[in-house]
Order: sequence, then structure tokens, then C-alpha cells
Amino acid sequence: MVIAVNQVFEPLDIDAAHCKGCGLCVDVCPHHLLELDTSIVNELGYHPTRLTDAAACTSCVLCARVCPDAVFTVFARPKGT
Amino acid sequence: MSTLTSDTRRVIYQRPEALVDTSTHYCPGCGHGIIHRLVAELLDEMHLAPSTIGVASVGCSVFAYDYLAVDFVESPHGRAPAVATGVRRVRPDAFVFTYQGDGDLAAIGTAEIVHAAARGERISVIFVNNGIYGMTGGQMAPTTLLGQHTTSSPAGRDAGLAGYPIPITEMLALLPGVTYAARGSIADPPLIGRTKAMLRRAFQVQLAGAGLSIVEILSTCPVGWGMTPTEAMAHVAHDVVETYPLGVMVDRLKVPATGAREA
Amino acid sequence: MVLMTTATAEPASQADQAPRPVLMKGNEAMAEAAIQAGCDAYFGYPITPQAELLEWMARRMPELGRVFVQAESELGAINMALGAAATGARVLVSSSSPGMSLMAEAMSYMAGSEVPMVLINVMRGGPGLGSIGPSQADYFQATKGHGHGDYRVPVLAPSSISEAVALTADAFEVAERYRTPVIILADGVMGQAMEPVVPVYRTPAREPAGWELTGAVERDPRVVRSLHLRPEELEAHNHHLQAKYAAITEHEVRWAGEDLDDADIVIVAYGTSARVARTAVERAREQGLRVGIFRPISLWPFPSAELAAVALGARAVVVVEMSAGQMVEDVRLALGGRTPIFFHGRTGGMVPTPGEVVEAVVHAAAVTAPHLAGHPSPDGTKAVTR
Repeated sequence: MVIAVNQVFEPLDIDAAHCKGCGLCVDVCPHHLLELDTSIVNELGYHPTRLTDAAACTSCVLCARVCPDAVFTVFARPKGT
Repeated sequence: MSTLTSDTRRVIYQRPEALVDTSTHYCPGCGHGIIHRLVAELLDEMHLAPSTIGVASVGCSVFAYDYLAVDFVESPHGRAPAVATGVRRVRPDAFVFTYQGDGDLAAIGTAEIVHAAARGERISVIFVNNGIYGMTGGQMAPTTLLGQHTTSSPAGRDAGLAGYPIPITEMLALLPGVTYAARGSIADPPLIGRTKAMLRRAFQVQLAGAGLSIVEILSTCPVGWGMTPTEAMAHVAHDVVETYPLGVMVDRLKVPATGAREA
Repeated sequence: MVLMTTATAEPASQADQAPRPVLMKGNEAMAEAAIQAGCDAYFGYPITPQAELLEWMARRMPELGRVFVQAESELGAINMALGAAATGARVLVSSSSPGMSLMAEAMSYMAGSEVPMVLINVMRGGPGLGSIGPSQADYFQATKGHGHGDYRVPVLAPSSISEAVALTADAFEVAERYRTPVIILADGVMGQAMEPVVPVYRTPAREPAGWELTGAVERDPRVVRSLHLRPEELEAHNHHLQAKYAAITEHEVRWAGEDLDDADIVIVAYGTSARVARTAVERAREQGLRVGIFRPISLWPFPSAELAAVALGARAVVVVEMSAGQMVEDVRLALGGRTPIFFHGRTGGMVPTPGEVVEAVVHAAAVTAPHLAGHPSPDGTKAVTR
């Protein structure tokens, strides 16, 4: 396993192309780390959600549980990151 | 975006395999998306997809067969429990479910669901109740709440003119052929988790060879209700449950009735 | 495990001599023929005059480990059948006229979804609740399409119980060959009467075609549906269906003729009306009239070209139906005004008598007597309905 220097652990992969900007994940995140990115309009015509602070995310999976479009892949935070 | 040259991140949640990787036609925040996802998760976890024959109905979920990667037969409006009966009777080893909305199940399809339940057909009925006819533009449904404004009850549902919302699942739970009847909601993640547990139980009942299982799921129609997705979830959590309380109405597999249908 | 049968329940007779005929009620004979043809599942609802078919199935299907369900209504039954047939099972539904009306919706869905099955309509008097007597008043319903949309359904009309037995096997074959529902149009006389039937049956072979819903094991999921929202897609699907109907029209026409070689008056009748007409022909010939019968067996596709060829040599056609006149319209279409058409019909559950048919033939003969040849009335149809 090759580890790049200064890596940042990304706890979420978000399929922004399939997000419909419904905002339910924004409501549900206990740390208020998700917001609709109004600077982007995806091909479906919506502002997709984005994670504002990857370091603060605890991989609680609540966003994925509420998402009607299954855009989230959630990863476990490795020890020490 | 991962900066690792090989992705060694440990996945704790990802899109289920049984959910086709495509964008759905459902509105933003529509409960169908969540419920389809739960069904797909269970089909994956319980390894049911290869033996599943689903019965799609008519409503916003008419395209369910494009989103769940299993064999599907499309049923005329309301007839899904009868179509599922036909499938079940000739395919004893298949896993059979119907996916129906409130108009499909509690209006045009009332006879079909009552009799499939009376016969104790070994099928699982996923009943999505959002109290409105979404696909046709937001008309009143049999489960529309008193006072609720819809395009065909513009002054609000009036019991004198349009009767009362039908507690169809409570009615079905009276029948000995119904082994499991429950009502969940998708209003927040804990409730979504409990609804998934109800669906899992329903599927287990079918696999155990017991009678009909039905899970009614209080869902949202933000566009039809004239609400944001957030407001719609709150409406389900606080208002709809007053008319349609959550919980398990009957689980006869735990307490078998005398004369219970044999597997 | 799949609940499908591949063998006949009883072996076809291989005796050195022909098997002895058995006296059978029409409804029961058709039921047994379906069983012997490999019917996996029967769904039905009691309605006179076909309840015996349901009852026969209720007893026999469980004996054979096959599926029998008395549904909550004909609506339930036909939709159960749709589900079962979508998995590739060989399915039979039976009913009578009012029940067939309830199945109109599903007929359209089955045609659009290309689901094969056989439906037996034991016709009774109508419209509405009508009577329980026999009729042929569902001809329009059966041949012009019960339900909505551009589709056709093959319709087979037996005129004896033995023929009904043979056509039942044919019906399953046609249904599966073309992925379409097929209607066997019988009537209350045929359903209720008892006739000697030679118990030799046919079991059409099964050939899975790759569309059946069997569970997506190591293959892509399949969907059986009729919804095609994009107009271009639905148009293409309709073209496909029309091509199918063209193939059926080319290959599945069935008819029979009697005494046609020298006939100059041709009776056109099907089912029980044709039986009555046979006696009428005997009597008419005794009176010196050269009468024959053209008996359509496939009502759709209607044997138009064959009828036109036969009628070319005739000076009059007499159509006999147990209705106010339905098949007569297809006869008119087929003959294109070239031959005068006369009609005799009874409605309400009444059966025409041979005497009435003879009268109609005599009338037609008189009106089109040779000295009038070359001057047929512009509207050749003379209704003699009572």
C-alpha cells in the first residue's frame, strides 16, 4: 500500500450528478457539515450537496440513511486520522 | 476525492446492488426514493434478488421496475395483489412482493388486497401511503387527512362529502390470513431504520412460509403537498401519525393463530 | 422448483382400436382438454353457464398438484392469470359474458405485455345481466377487442364439444407461438349439452422463449409490461404488435365448409348456429334448394378471403347468429357488396330453429331468384330478425 504524503481522509463520496438537492441530508447531519452548493447546477438541474468539513465528519451514515437518491458512499475513518 | 493511489477506505455504507445505478424520475425528497433503497438493501442483505419476481403497480412508482434490479411484472392499477397471487401460486419458490401506493391499494384495488389477505397469500405488500395521488397531479386519496387540501378537495377534505381516511392496514390486520401487518414512516433516520426492520420482518414472514405480510410506510409527496422536503418530513412526523399511528398491528408468526395457514 | 407440468396426466390412448367415446358435458370436456393440454393454472369465478368448468378444475387441478384458485371476482381471476402467465405458466381462465366484460382491462394489458393465455367465454344472453340462455352476442367484444388500444386477439369458435376439445389444445399453441391471449368462444348450449367425446387429447410442446419471469439468476432482469411512455417507443411496439397480427392473419385462419360444391345459397354461421344450420341445409336440400354452409372457426382472423371466394359463386349469403347481427358486419366487409346478404338472428338466449333458418333460406332464394339475376338490391341485407 502506497500512502501519499499529506493525505486527507475523505469520509464521503457524493454522487453529485444524481443529487436532487432535496436538502434532507443537510437537515439530518448532526454536525451540520452538509450544504447545497449553490455555485453548481448539475445536469439534473439541482444544487448538489457537498461536505464542508471532511475532518469533522464522524461517518455516522445518517445522511446516507435519509438520501432518496443513494448518492452517498460512507467510509470508516481510519485510526489516527 | 481520495488522494490515496489505491482506495483502501473501508466502506460502511454504499448504494445497494439491487438498486439500479440510474437517476430516478421521483421528485426531490420523495419518499419512494428512500423506500426503494430500503427494499434494495434488504434484497442484497437477504440474498433475495435472484429469486425475486416483483409486481409493479400504477402511481408514481410505476417505474419501480427500472430502479430495482429484479424480474418484474407490471400490473393494472389496483390489481397487484391478484397478479402477485398468480405469480406466487405457480412459482412456490419465488420471493414475491407488490409495491403499491395509496390509490392503488386502498381505492381501486381494495377488493384485490382484501382477498389476497383473506387467502393468506404468501406475498409481501409494500404499501406507500402519502395521502395523495401524486402521479396524476395531487388529487385526494382514500388516505388523505381530514382538512387536507388537494386538487380534488380544494377546500380541504370534508368528512361529510368525502368520508374519512381509511385505516386499511388495521382492517387487513383483522384477517387470520395476514401474518404480519405494520406501519412505519420515513420521517427521520431512526424511523427509517425501524421501517427497514419492519420490511425485514415482513420478508422473513414470507420466507417462513407464513401468510400475507404488509408494511404500510407513511411517506412524503413534497410537490403534491406544496411543501419543501424538510417540511414534508415534519408533516409526516407530527401530523400524519395522528391519523395513522406507527407500530406493529399484528405478528402472528410469534403468536400463531389456530388454523394458521400451513407453509 | 417450478410448478409446471411437462407430461399429460393420463397417457393418450394407444389402444389397437379407437378408444370408446365418453358422454361429456361441454364445460367439463373443455376443462379436461385444457388439463390434458398441460394447463398449469386455472383461475375463475362462478358464473352461469360455465360454473361446471370451474368445478371440474376445482376437483382435478389439486388432484394433479396444479394450481386452482376461485378468485374474488373475474377481475381478480384475470389478473391472477396475468401474473401466472407472466412467469411462463400455461394458464386458463373461463367465464361468461358479464364476467368477460370485467376482463376487458386485462385483455388490453395482456395484449400490450404480450402474455399468452387461453380464455373460454361460454356466451350467454345480454346486454347487462341478461339471461343465462346461450347467445353469440359477444362476437364484437371478442373480435374487435374488449379493451382499449390497438390490438387483436385470436378467437376460435368450436361448433361441437369434440371440436371444442381439439381447439383447446390449438388455443394454447397459438397463444404461446405468438405471445397473445386467445379466446375460445363457446355458448351456453355447448357448455351445458352432453355429447359423446372421444377422449384423445393433445399436449402442445413447450418452448421457453426467453421472456418469462423466472427470477434473475445469472441473467439480466426481465420486465413484463405494457407501459412505453415515449411515443416513439410505443409506436415501435405497436408496429411490432401489428406485424404479429399480420402473421396470425396469414397463418391461423380456420374454417370449414359443407355442401359448398354446388351451393348457390351459402349460409354463414359459427358455433351452435352452424349446428342448427346443418339440419336446415338437409331440409332445404330436400326442397330442392342448393344450400351449403361456410363455417368460420377462427372469428379473428376472420376467413374473409376464403368466404369471398366461396360467395363468388353464390347468389345469396344467409348469415345466422344468436345475436342482433355482429358477424354479419364482417361478412359484409368480406363480400364488398358483391353478393346479397340476408340475416337471421335470435337474441336473449333464444336459439334459432332449423325451420326458421330454412325460412330464411327460402326467402333469400325467392328474393334473388334467377330472373332477378343481375339486379340485386343495392343494400343486399334484409334483416329477418325476430
